[in-house]
Amino acid sequence: MIRDITLGQYYPGDSWVHKLDPRTKIIGTFVYLIALFLVKDFWGFLIAVTGILMVVAISRVPLSFILKGLKPVFIIILFTFFINMFMTKGEVLIGWKFLVITKEGLYNAFFMGIRLVLLIIGSSILTLATKPIKLTDGIESLLGPLKKIGVPAHELAMMMTIALRFIPTLLEETDKIMKAQMARGADFESGNIFKRAKSLIPLLIPLFISAFRIAQDLAMAMEARCYSGGENRTRMTAMTYEKRDILATLGLIAFVATILLERILI
Amino acid sequence: MSIQVRDLTHIYSEGLPYESVALKDVSFSIEDGEFVGVIGHTGSGKSTMIQHLNGLLKPRSGSITIGDVDITKGNVLMRDIRRRIGLVFQYPEYQLFEETVHRDVAFGPTNLGLTKEEVDQRVIEAINLVGLDYDEIGERSPFELSGGQKRRVAIAGVIAMKPEVLILDEPTAGLDPKAHKDVLEMIKKIHETQKNITILVSHNMNDIAKLVDKVLVMEKGRIAMEGTPRQVFSQAQKLKKMGLALPQASDMMNKLRNRGFDIKEGILTNDEAFVELVRILKPDIKG
Repeated sequence: MIRDITLGQYYPGDSWVHKLDPRTKIIGTFVYLIALFLVKDFWGFLIAVTGILMVVAISRVPLSFILKGLKPVFIIILFTFFINMFMTKGEVLIGWKFLVITKEGLYNAFFMGIRLVLLIIGSSILTLATKPIKLTDGIESLLGPLKKIGVPAHELAMMMTIALRFIPTLLEETDKIMKAQMARGADFESGNIFKRAKSLIPLLIPLFISAFRIAQDLAMAMEARCYSGGENRTRMTAMTYEKRDILATLGLIAFVATILLERILI
Repeated sequence: MSIQVRDLTHIYSEGLPYESVALKDVSFSIEDGEFVGVIGHTGSGKSTMIQHLNGLLKPRSGSITIGDVDITKGNVLMRDIRRRIGLVFQYPEYQLFEETVHRDVAFGPTNLGLTKEEVDQRVIEAINLVGLDYDEIGERSPFELSGGQKRRVAIAGVIAMKPEVLILDEPTAGLDPKAHKDVLEMIKKIHETQKNITILVSHNMNDIAKLVDKVLVMEKGRIAMEGTPRQVFSQAQKLKKMGLALPQASDMMNKLRNRGFDIKEGILTNDEAFVELVRILKPDIKG
């Protein structure tokens, strides 16, 4: 059940998208997300949807797998949708007491809904097609120039690597403790909200203790291998720009140009 | 009460590129009062199999009949299943969470809906059964106990539910030799006093040889061998192929026999080996 969350989970593969330099992918994702905010009508979204579907197709990550990742944020999308639908003033379509659906509201609801879904799909394709470790390598490299003004780029990247690395570990740990307590008759699924919150105590306390233990073990293991920060540290696999990165960048420029043209012309 | 498992199949992450078949057509049966050992290489499906027995995992296909109830059917109450089948996970001390040992052990029985008197009585009984002194540790925090003591408290937490089937997944992993011996003796004592079905998953062949009535050998999600310890451990070659070893005593006696000593086959425990060695070395001593 917990494992079903795909947001931030790697989908193994060796497609073209997987092999791109993480820096290309990070910048590309950022540009895509910004481009989504430049879109002002549904034609723009059509271009954006086409673009992301092409990337998904090339990455060979099944679309159903990505859509499953939308499940946890489904409530937020729905919430945005309804707030927009009911709270926008304008030409009234249907009204019932204080609930009024306006033409502008409906438009906004769909507009925001699509934007939100695309934002999530756009960012999840990055994490689905990039190993977390490569992702943080890319971030560190991109933040590199900021080191000069005192941004601890390496430390930030290391912290992210560790955090990402421990998501599955902690999920596994949660699963294990949950099962152990369920075997002792714990019930996490029924009762009202207070009862449920209380029933989480037997899960959370052992989980916290485990998390601290794991963190301490890790710190010890890193120190034992003389870890002392980013200075003079090299990598086993150095990142290099290849032909496909140039191609991807060209594709991205073409995409942004289309979005801008659409905005200006239509 | 008996356990019948028929054609159990389980697949992890079905439909994803990293799906893996954890169990494939597993069938076996366990009679009332039996002490069963489960051995197998890491990743052979032992843990997956035992989690099915109390309904924590649902099989893809197959059936598990406990007593006269098929627990894979949708209409059974999981609470009833878990009341009857106690499962002690690997490193059970990581599930401790209460402020006192008493309250932690009481967690299971309280969930069963027993009265306070009954719970208290079971807690005291369980803590004494695992070889700890209730008066000494009952009101202490479980986190300040030693590793071996923590593990016993965690096992007590399951025993206090008085399960008809007690399953232990590597209960001695990571313990020092003394705690290892104590925990094993404790398990034996619990089996003898409660007269329940006990299922022990272990990597330690010496323990298996010494304790169990029947051995299930798992390999790649299937039951590869099944029989008494004597039957199973007589097939050294087959076990070796699966990456499993013999009990130390059997191994040593086999090696001596290969060197030409007249040693009989089928020796499992240190005690048997001792008797046999005495017979060889001092033929004039009888018994």
